[in-house]
Amino acid sequence: MVPFAGFDMPVVYASILEEHRAVRARAGLFDVSHMGELRVRGPAALEFAQRLFTNDVAGTAPGRVRYGLLCAESGGVIDDITLYRTGERELLLCVNASNIAADLAWLREVHAHCGLDCEIADESDATGLLALQGPEALAIAAKLLAPGFRPPKRWHFARAELAGIRVLLSRTGYTGEDGYEIFAPAERTVEVWDRLRDAAGDVLSLAGLGARDTLRTEMAYPLYGHELDLEHDPIEAGLERFVALGRGFIGEPALQKRSAQGPLRRLVGLLLEGRQVARPGFRIVSPDGDGVVTSGTYGPSIDGAIALGYVPAKFAAGAQLHVEIRGKHVPCKVVSTPFYKRV
Amino acid sequence: MADHEYKIPVDCHYTESDEWLRVDGAVVRIGITDYAQSELNDIVFVELPERGSQLEAGQAFGVVESVKAVSDLIAPIAGEVIEIHTGLADHPEWLNEDPYGRGWIIAITPEDTDALAGLMSAADYRAHVEARAGK
Repeated sequence: MVPFAGFDMPVVYASILEEHRAVRARAGLFDVSHMGELRVRGPAALEFAQRLFTNDVAGTAPGRVRYGLLCAESGGVIDDITLYRTGERELLLCVNASNIAADLAWLREVHAHCGLDCEIADESDATGLLALQGPEALAIAAKLLAPGFRPPKRWHFARAELAGIRVLLSRTGYTGEDGYEIFAPAERTVEVWDRLRDAAGDVLSLAGLGARDTLRTEMAYPLYGHELDLEHDPIEAGLERFVALGRGFIGEPALQKRSAQGPLRRLVGLLLEGRQVARPGFRIVSPDGDGVVTSGTYGPSIDGAIALGYVPAKFAAGAQLHVEIRGKHVPCKVVSTPFYKRV
Repeated sequence: MADHEYKIPVDCHYTESDEWLRVDGAVVRIGITDYAQSELNDIVFVELPERGSQLEAGQAFGVVESVKAVSDLIAPIAGEVIEIHTGLADHPEWLNEDPYGRGWIIAITPEDTDALAGLMSAADYRAHVEARAGK
């Protein structure tokens, strides 16, 4: 167990590689209860969220989930979050553990200035979150759901009773595999975990943060604090499709300008020669300007060393660069992402 | 993980940085311990020194890289590298599977075999591991 954002987290149960492969081949169960949950409710809840969220809130019908960002005036990213339309006048924001306090402060600050009629509540401590991911995930969950339960479509959620426990079942994830993220009352989350394990048997592997990281890196999903922070904006990070311009959210003018002018640097995927791992902070070297690695790992499903990093915007897929690893320049190639594509 | 008993063979010498050394005729074979491989988890890359290179005691002679972390390999005693385990390029997982056998990394001819006396015994190393695990 290692401390992460104030939580004791399992990095690995047995082997990161085995857990990773289990999720790709069968199913894995992750405890991600460290994630934060912020509730916004009231007559002006949607209008309030429209000011904060880069993606379209009004177009998010009840029962739908959207990924997007909270940006500062500068366009820099305060957090990347998923937004759940849990009611006509109610939203649930699932936020990064390390940003719960910052997000809450930001929401309250904006709220104090805009005077919109809604309340903000931090439900993080009262809410547990498990991620059941992999091709067998839906079949495993079905064993504990009412017969005839119809799974929500991708990027949708449903309220359900799982083994008699009221949960919010979201057809989303951070692995590139099908599956659910399961929000449960904190005091019953262990029970959900145990019941899923018992029902699934050998098909299900327990999976830690290590595998979560290799899985998300193969999909080139950003991780806050690595690819995203206040110094980087969503356009540079290649997240344009989660930025719905023309809605008047905070940071929009900066992003509009960035989008029109084109960013100077861009987040790209790198495939390295050999199996040495490019770690965050390593220099990406080119005659036309340097870059920096933000995440890097050995990709078990790629069987190669992969990395994400910011490079001068001119480099497109196919460009040959180098990563400086312990004084040596290791060749790498800019490749299209995700690294891992399901066959 | 707390109940895990690490393998620490009595026929090896040990270092504080978790290398093992085993006298094998005229050469000394070097690898990393069961504790080290377990802490690193899945090993994906091993950087080896050149054959024939001269190592000073305390010198970094290579690198072991896992999904989780990277760790220097430290030469505990001076000597010449006479064998490198080239098979590890394709099978870095041997360090996880069999750290004291198939997972050996290099063999050296020591400058001075008396230097081995300054290293830890299996019993000393077990105490060293337990002290850290107990933290």
